Amino acid sequence: MDATTSVHPAPGDGDSTPTGSIAALRRLTPYLRPVRGRLIGSGAAVLGSMVCGLMIPLVIQRVLDGPVATRDTGPLPWLLLAVAVLGTAEALLFYLRRRLVARASTRVEAELRADLYHHLQRLPISFHDRWQSGQLLSRAVSDLSTIRQFIAFAGIFLVVNSITLVLGLLVLFWLSPMLGLITLVFAAPLVMISSRYESGYQVLARRSQDQVGDLTTTVEESVLGIRVLKAFGRGPQLTARFLKQANDLRNTELAKYRLQAKLWAAILLLPELGIAAQLLFGTFQVVDGTMTVGTLVAGVTVASYLSWPTDSIGWLLAESNQAATASARYWEVRDARITVTDPESPRPLPVDGKGEVRFHDVRFRHSGSGREVLRGVDLTVRPGETVALVGPTGSGKTTLTALVPRLADVTGGKVTVDGMDVRDLRLADLRTVVAMAFEDPVLFSASVRENVALGSPGVTDEDVRVALRIAQAEDFVDRLPWGLDTRIGEEGLSLSGGQRQRLALARAVVGKPQVLVLDDPLSALDVHTEAEVEHALRSVLSGVTALVVAHRPSTVQLADRVALLDGGRITAVGTHSDLLATNPDYRDLLSTMDESADEESVA
Amino acid sequence: MTTTAPNGTADDDFAWRGVATEDTEEVTHAIGVKLHARSRALLATLVRPVAGRTALAFLLVVLENVAQLSGPLLIAAAIDTGIPNAIAGDTTVLAWCVGGYAFCGLASAVVWNVFLRLSSRIGQALLIDLRQRIFEHAQRLPLSFHESYTSGKVISRLTSDVDALDDLLEVGIDDLLTAVLSLVGISVLMLWLDLPLALLVLAGLVPLVLVTRWFYLRSNLAYRSTSGAIAKIIVQFVESMNGIRAVQAFRREGRNESIMNGLNVRYRDANADALTVMARFTMNVRLVGNLTLALVLAIGTWRVVDGGLELGVLTAFLLYLRRFYDPLDDIAQFTNAYSSAIASLEKISGLLQEKPEVAEPEKPTPLPKNPGQRGRSITFEHAEFRYSPTAPVVLPAFDLTVPAGQTVALVGPTGAGKSTLAKLVARFYDPTSGTVRLDGIDLREVSDVDLRAAAVMVTQENFLFSGSVADNIALGKPDATRAEIEAAARAVGGHEFITALPEGYDTDVRKRGGRLSAGQRQVIAFARAFLADPAVLVLDEATSSLDVPTERVVQKALESVLADRTALIIAHRLSTVLIADRVLVVDDGRIVEDGSPGALISADGRFNALHTAWRDSLV
Ligand SMILES: Nc1ncnc2c1ncn2[C@@H]1O[C@H](COP(=O)(O)OP(=O)(O)OP(=O)(O)O)[C@@H](O)[C@H]1O
Ligand SMILES: Nc1ncnc2c1ncn2[C@@H]1O[C@H](COP(=O)(O)OP(=O)(O)OP(=O)(O)O)[C@@H](O)[C@H]1O
Ligand SMILES: [Mg+2]
Ligand SMILES: [Mg+2]
Repeated sequence: MDATTSVHPAPGDGDSTPTGSIAALRRLTPYLRPVRGRLIGSGAAVLGSMVCGLMIPLVIQRVLDGPVATRDTGPLPWLLLAVAVLGTAEALLFYLRRRLVARASTRVEAELRADLYHHLQRLPISFHDRWQSGQLLSRAVSDLSTIRQFIAFAGIFLVVNSITLVLGLLVLFWLSPMLGLITLVFAAPLVMISSRYESGYQVLARRSQDQVGDLTTTVEESVLGIRVLKAFGRGPQLTARFLKQANDLRNTELAKYRLQAKLWAAILLLPELGIAAQLLFGTFQVVDGTMTVGTLVAGVTVASYLSWPTDSIGWLLAESNQAATASARYWEVRDARITVTDPESPRPLPVDGKGEVRFHDVRFRHSGSGREVLRGVDLTVRPGETVALVGPTGSGKTTLTALVPRLADVTGGKVTVDGMDVRDLRLADLRTVVAMAFEDPVLFSASVRENVALGSPGVTDEDVRVALRIAQAEDFVDRLPWGLDTRIGEEGLSLSGGQRQRLALARAVVGKPQVLVLDDPLSALDVHTEAEVEHALRSVLSGVTALVVAHRPSTVQLADRVALLDGGRITAVGTHSDLLATNPDYRDLLSTMDESADEESVA
Repeated sequence: MTTTAPNGTADDDFAWRGVATEDTEEVTHAIGVKLHARSRALLATLVRPVAGRTALAFLLVVLENVAQLSGPLLIAAAIDTGIPNAIAGDTTVLAWCVGGYAFCGLASAVVWNVFLRLSSRIGQALLIDLRQRIFEHAQRLPLSFHESYTSGKVISRLTSDVDALDDLLEVGIDDLLTAVLSLVGISVLMLWLDLPLALLVLAGLVPLVLVTRWFYLRSNLAYRSTSGAIAKIIVQFVESMNGIRAVQAFRREGRNESIMNGLNVRYRDANADALTVMARFTMNVRLVGNLTLALVLAIGTWRVVDGGLELGVLTAFLLYLRRFYDPLDDIAQFTNAYSSAIASLEKISGLLQEKPEVAEPEKPTPLPKNPGQRGRSITFEHAEFRYSPTAPVVLPAFDLTVPAGQTVALVGPTGAGKSTLAKLVARFYDPTSGTVRLDGIDLREVSDVDLRAAAVMVTQENFLFSGSVADNIALGKPDATRAEIEAAARAVGGHEFITALPEGYDTDVRKRGGRLSAGQRQVIAFARAFLADPAVLVLDEATSSLDVPTERVVQKALESVLADRTALIIAHRLSTVLIADRVLVVDDGRIVEDGSPGALISADGRFNALHTAWRDSLV
């Protein structure tokens, strides 16, 4: 019942074929480059500790064969010192291996996350509408931690163990081509099995990661929608959905493990059979006299020494595949195009700009939807003028307002501010000039001050207070336990609907923008407060160009003119009373005739 | 949750967060010990149901170890006896050895395969159990909990914290067990081989135990801070993604990035810390091991030269000693994962320990069946409410009776407490003192299922779940047929726009209903309530984003539905209020006027003033 269908990105992005995933892994190279010294150092430390580990028994052998056997303790101190030194070196290399990779891998993870966050914040709203936030979150958290772990452990061992394996094989061939050949023959199926396993495993790894994303989405919705769930007592239903998803995830994980179990069994078995075969053939050769017992023993020893690198292949492959699909998922988001960008050669806004906003034959179609919401909107908001935008539910008012600060780009026609196409301006410039209040006021977990100023530099406490005053919010803010410093939002104090809306309004007016776009800014206010806000707004709006979406006649009265949006076009523009008198659609939409009738019957 | 003095102001970097009361982040030693006990207890309850299978898995590990260990013995036998015999012409021993070796390989592969499947099932059972517990518990917790805990934290409990347990399971109990098995086995062998040397080796374990203790405490600290740091990242991430419009429109990207960078760096350093602690630990383990080895070698050699020890014994001893320390790395690995899991389980058990304050009654009282009457009466008796013990009183004690079938409108300035009053009826919160009754029965005595069937609230913040339009409407009544869903949509004037969507009722509304306009979302929320068809309907500004004609349709629907239902309507548009039988004017938490709309309009009070202001606004 859920969103996996909408989650998948545009075609061409979601290339999750094995080669695609490996390529995705390879694309991490630029992030690895700054830390490659540490990574190589860490790999070298692994090799070094292996060498120490190998040398210690050799020295012990020397002790046993030398001083002990000959009862001559002369060289003993030196040999003991050698063991101690090698032992200490091994320990230090152990430390070094982890220590080097600690900063490196966590740094890569942090940078990947910072860049993802950077990218996400610039992706257009249409992207965010389509992607479940759980999918984004699981990429930013669990996928990146998979990648970190890969870099810290599996990646290094993949390299080191491959080197060990190749060296071991070379030694075997050098000892006896026959023994080498036998080992190879038994290793060859491993390669085949592993590569078959790889594609199957990648599909499962990918599925499991996607399912983690869906699960995260459900968790997020279960918390953000808790009021609705409680109001209807639907917690159990959502829990059932969660459990189903958790169960799906479990099944995928189990399938992964089953595949792994098969592979691991093969990985354990084949080399052992190889050793058995070596023993067998070796013995024949020894009997033939073509091989010495010593060579056979050495061969078998080398082959069993190779058992850890071989055994680890299963684990390493799993980790690498997981990391590969995790980075494929990561790049899917990073590859999403930022469509709303600064122009190549941005033009400055005229210094004496007054903030005229014009819509020229504006057309808009939501991405992925066949229908145009706006079909040629022509409207001019003169400098300093306030225009109310009215229209039936779903007529495209919000869509239209979002075009001014370029939260979306028109699909036809153009929007100009002071005669300049908004697409020719730098986004930062445009969004300084234009401020917005949205239908649903979003607060951040931060102080009231931060929520109003939103971190824009140069906003003083006095500015914040003026803005709060305009929004009739100063009184209640002063009554909060720590005034402007009170943390609100999810991590802080909850506010009433009207209080939130007034803060969002204060946020819009605080920067003294030239153009104000207000989307139904007073819907949650009572009549009195609305009147007061309107009164205060009027003084602000006198010099500001404003486009105000309205449903209520009272809000419409803020405006100098009213534009009626219907059927994707502006069908009428005029003053409220003119339109009431002349335009039947408008009358239908805003007249309160019925209500007066109602009221008469009550009175 | 302990509330402490305001914090946050001291730290300039975090001044933007503002001041709030919140639980302490620094954990004192005493609390730390308690937390450990708590997470271990949680772990124990998780393991108990799978204890039988775990024992079986242990048995398999033992078997596998036996198979693995016999391999080298067989090879030794083959080389020592098999080959010489074969050269002499007798291949039976060799054949047995080679066959035995192959068999052992096969056996260990098969056992391993079975073990992996079994242990993965155990692990997944554990995980799903934990996930279910957290999720269900979070759903049971009251709104007041969610309002202070934040969604990001719940998400991190259910994602990154559960992952830590997953990691522990993946590191594998098998490694630990293998390690312990060989440690014990080798210890016994060594003790048997030579007591003094063995005691020396065992003495080497003392510093190891100390190091392990140190490591466990340090890494637990480190992991506690990684788990806290990732939770903060999740909170920030979720918040910026949900407020992306405001972020972009107000150019908050840079600010957000510097906030995120701060958190990211904290997480990075905490993680690097944990890894570094681990690095020092493994180094120390190796160091102790290798130095003991050198010591044993020295003393052993000296004793052999002295004639106090057999050469063969020393050789065997050294060989075993070497293998004695290898498993310690696995134990370090396990301790590391364990410490990380315990840190996460601390947080999880904290969530699980939260008491559902607005709890379901143990022995619920059924609501009376009232044949022939479809509404229910609501009574407030000396009900007083504040959001938290430290917050001011929002609703001072009041009495109010709403007879069954009455439609009551609540009006008043914003922040007056209208929504709060309404939320008491839906039992989002319990009154701080006094009672709220439905048909005479204290809401605290009513089972959740009964309550939700009887009273439904459309909240000011309507929320659509990802899924189809039909799914979202069906939330009102999960077993509704498509026809019922359409009828509900039709009744509130939504059918037309819904059928105009590309896939009609099956259209995915996308994240939070982003595919729809604000008014359309509200219509759907309304259809939901309409479909639920409760005895008591609470509407909190359910029409604030509708255009007038749509509102009219909704109102018609309301009027027919509400005729015999009890309803509590909060609205700022007086047009909606006027359909009510009775109006309550709320100001500063008190009901200051109470009467029929007509009566209140004629009286010279606040409602009259509101009404006049509203009329004036109508032109
Ligand atoms: N992301 C989207 N993808 C596809 N269609 C969309 C999307 N967002 C909105 N729509 C559709 O576009 C139309 C206009 O939506 P918009 O939100 O602009 O309406 P509105 O005029 O603001 O309505 P309201 O008064 O209810 O806020 C609606 O029919 C809606 O279903
Ligand atoms: N969850 C909460 N925790 C703490 N305080 C709250 C919470 N919700 C509301 N408040 C505070 O309680 C008071 C009453 O809020 P309530 O939401 O009941 O107002 P309201 O009358 O519904 O206002 P509005 O018309 O703006 O929705 C306000 O001062 C508000 O800040
Ligand atoms: Mg809108
Ligand atoms: Mg309210």
